[in-house]
Amino acid sequence: MTGLLTILILLGITIAIWQMVKIFDLAQVNKDVSQVANDGDNKTQGYLMLAFLGFIYGITIVSFALWGDLPLTSNSASEHGPEIDRLMIISMVVIFIVQTITQFLLHYFAFKYKGEKGRKALFYADNDKLEFIWTVIPVIVLAGLIMYGLFTWTDIMTVDEDDDPIVIELYAQQFNWKARYAGEDNVLGKANVRLINLDNANILGLDEADPNAQDDIITTELHLPVGVPVLFKMRSQDVLHSAYMPHFRAQMNCVPGMITQFAFTPTVTTEEMRLNPDIYEKVRNINKIRVNKSKKLQAKGEEPLDSYEFDYLLLCNKICGKSHYNMQMKIIVESEEDYKEWLQEQKLFKNSLVQN
Amino acid sequence: MSAQVDTHAHQDDHGHHPKETFITKYIFCQDHKMIAKQYLITGVIMGIIGILMSLLMRMQIAWPTEPNVIFEALLGKWAPGGVMDADIYLALVTIHGTIMVFFVLTAGLSGTFSNLLIPLQIGARDMASGFLNMISYWLFFLSSVIMIISLFVEAGPAAAGWTIYPPLSALPLAQGGSGAGMTLWLVSMAIFIASSLLGSLNYIVTVLNLRTKGMSMTRLPLTIWAFFITAVIGVVSFPVLLSAALLLIMDRSFGTSFFLSDIFIQGEVLHYQGGSPVLFEHLFWFLGHPEVYIVLLPALGITSEVIATNSRKPIFGYRAMVASILAIAFLSTIVWGHHMFISGMNPFLGSVFTFTTLLIAIPSAVKAFNYITTLWKGNLQLNPAMLFSIGLVSTFITGGLTGIILGDSALDINIHDTYFVVAHFHLVMGISALYGLFAGVYHWFPKMFGRMLNKNLGYIHFWVTAICAYGVFFPMHFIGMAGLPRRYYTNSNFPLFDDTSNVQILITVFALVGGLFQLVFLWNFIHSMFYGKKAEQNPWRSNTLEWTTPVEHMHGNWPGEIPHVHRWAYDYSKPGHDEDFVQQHIPLKEGEEELQH
Repeated sequence: MTGLLTILILLGITIAIWQMVKIFDLAQVNKDVSQVANDGDNKTQGYLMLAFLGFIYGITIVSFALWGDLPLTSNSASEHGPEIDRLMIISMVVIFIVQTITQFLLHYFAFKYKGEKGRKALFYADNDKLEFIWTVIPVIVLAGLIMYGLFTWTDIMTVDEDDDPIVIELYAQQFNWKARYAGEDNVLGKANVRLINLDNANILGLDEADPNAQDDIITTELHLPVGVPVLFKMRSQDVLHSAYMPHFRAQMNCVPGMITQFAFTPTVTTEEMRLNPDIYEKVRNINKIRVNKSKKLQAKGEEPLDSYEFDYLLLCNKICGKSHYNMQMKIIVESEEDYKEWLQEQKLFKNSLVQN
Repeated sequence: MSAQVDTHAHQDDHGHHPKETFITKYIFCQDHKMIAKQYLITGVIMGIIGILMSLLMRMQIAWPTEPNVIFEALLGKWAPGGVMDADIYLALVTIHGTIMVFFVLTAGLSGTFSNLLIPLQIGARDMASGFLNMISYWLFFLSSVIMIISLFVEAGPAAAGWTIYPPLSALPLAQGGSGAGMTLWLVSMAIFIASSLLGSLNYIVTVLNLRTKGMSMTRLPLTIWAFFITAVIGVVSFPVLLSAALLLIMDRSFGTSFFLSDIFIQGEVLHYQGGSPVLFEHLFWFLGHPEVYIVLLPALGITSEVIATNSRKPIFGYRAMVASILAIAFLSTIVWGHHMFISGMNPFLGSVFTFTTLLIAIPSAVKAFNYITTLWKGNLQLNPAMLFSIGLVSTFITGGLTGIILGDSALDINIHDTYFVVAHFHLVMGISALYGLFAGVYHWFPKMFGRMLNKNLGYIHFWVTAICAYGVFFPMHFIGMAGLPRRYYTNSNFPLFDDTSNVQILITVFALVGGLFQLVFLWNFIHSMFYGKKAEQNPWRSNTLEWTTPVEHMHGNWPGEIPHVHRWAYDYSKPGHDEDFVQQHIPLKEGEEELQH
């Protein structure tokens, strides 16, 4: 019933607007509405331009005041994270300076030079010096940003094998993630989707004869030791997926038919992150929102929402089908001892196979 | 003086034209002005569908999985009990993108104004080939119809995103939309590309060969420069998308493995081997990125003309403007990789694309500064077309600046495919190009329909749209930087993002208001077409040649000889003249120097 009402109301609003426009239009039959702006229009619109400048500044300030804590530009949980955050903030500052100045000039000029009958504009067609200046300034600023960006990028993407990173495979399929640890030998066993055998639970298609594969460990949760470099090898069995770990400032696509990689070193354990004042505040805020939502749900006789506790997440960030919106895996960063202990408890690949 | 028209031959031609029937005048018409109107009206209809889809998506994101009667009414079986299905959400994402990018902002914008303005502004009787021009429109119409039909197939329309990355788009097993819906999408796009190529070739030939006497390349209005270069980019890059589409059709229907390899889906191993989805990404973005400029350059061209005319000033830095169009066109073909920083391609390649991408900011900045300088000390006529043009420069700057972040591979890692990207490209190419389209319609409506639009409705339309556009896309940057991925049917499975849900509702409210107020434009457009005030010959006191043609359309455009051109298009407020404009066909006064531009 409410649905029917909504649609009637919407229809009503549409018709009302249409009719108002019609009346508005028809009421002006004898007025000069032929689109050529007269002095009165220029004046009104000029002031509106100035007001619009205020609106742009206003929405900027409001956005920062209300949602300034949303952007991930601090509290990164990986070694390279602060570098990206710093570059992000520098870029943002540059952007905001340019945005503030150019929007001001644009809208202020639109206001200041609003037309008046009989006045003549300045015939000013060219100035090579000016053109030169505003070609060179962006060149210099951009050169700086490019250099900084490229150093950061190269630094992040270059995997230093000397660090002896732990090798972990991230395996994507519609619509969940698996992690495969390389085990004692730190070498992932050979694998191909053609070797998948659901009958004996070889779900990731490991080569059962490969000695390196025997001690591999397949899990549905990603545990990482803090302070140790990790090299992720990504694989997908069906369509493109993207392994997105926003808190670690890490992302790489998973491509069927090839292995992609991304490496980083986690620096903050899950426990530490939960105690971080910013994160604590964020979680409290989210729980407030969830309590409110729960009340509404309960009023409708539905289940309330669980309370939220912070966890690192791996999200799929490449459209992959119907349940793309719910393709996630929990990441737990812990001390090296806890990590090892957890790993001990997991089944080795050779023991996980079902013998028929 | 490379290009001259044999005016006499044409003159004989238009004198005794065969009698027109309804069909030859309104349907299978070869006159460029009528074809322009056909493009515009088809584009507007597609635009209504595209915008409606975005509103459905916004409602779903703001109030996820809540029963909504609008969904039930419009989506039928895709919204059982009024709850939108996840499959159809992705289909809406896909078709909204496809329709807006290709059908509205490529064909609707470039098709309309290239057709209308190229012959009129260069002083030609018509396009080089009226017949090809007609075919081009009808292929576009056919592809539009097929795209609409694809919405009604049993398993749903294409739902792999407008980028249709395989394997998702290649395997019907991967999602319902990759069956017949995807086939129709590919067929529709293949026809669309054929239409676009025929159109572009025609524009190029016309600009190069049919300019009137005196219309040298350096006297061309910037609109024509923009349309000309846009057509060149289109001819260079659209065939690559066609080949990608054809190879994808082969993979889908004939078992080849261009883009597919090692796939296990729904319990079975598929036979594909040796292909790579990354290859498709390269081919797609080789068009996909230039496409951004195919959409944007015509809008900028229109803006150049509208801003100069209504500032009553020459466009500032004509040569720099042309140079930046050329630079943008060149660079646009070598930056596609910035869509693929994290696709798995070699990181070194990422570095190269970061470099070329940030370079493109330079000509873009030059253009923005030149527009602002054109306003300086002008005598601004703030009519609706001018407002939309100023609005375009504003959103072009706001949206363009965030490109500096996205083009930087290191930063892209964490905001790739988030709402930040959505905000960026909607502002810089969506809203900006849409403003260009509106500016063009408000400015050339008198030329198209011989009548004027209602100015006050135009003002209302602009201000509500401008506020809503910022209201929608500005806050969106923040939820994107919070790490919220785009194309999620609902975010409620991630408590992490619960603090963005209020922003989503606000955005949706702005979107609904903005969408609803497009009705103002629609009313104005339809009503004024029939009942608007009759237009004068040159309502904006503009310099370009289209305003020397009679208000009533006629074949051949000019009743007598085609005017000869003696000056550039921007002699506004030139000292030594009484009026504040001097039309291009007016000879130089004795002792008057043509500006060395």
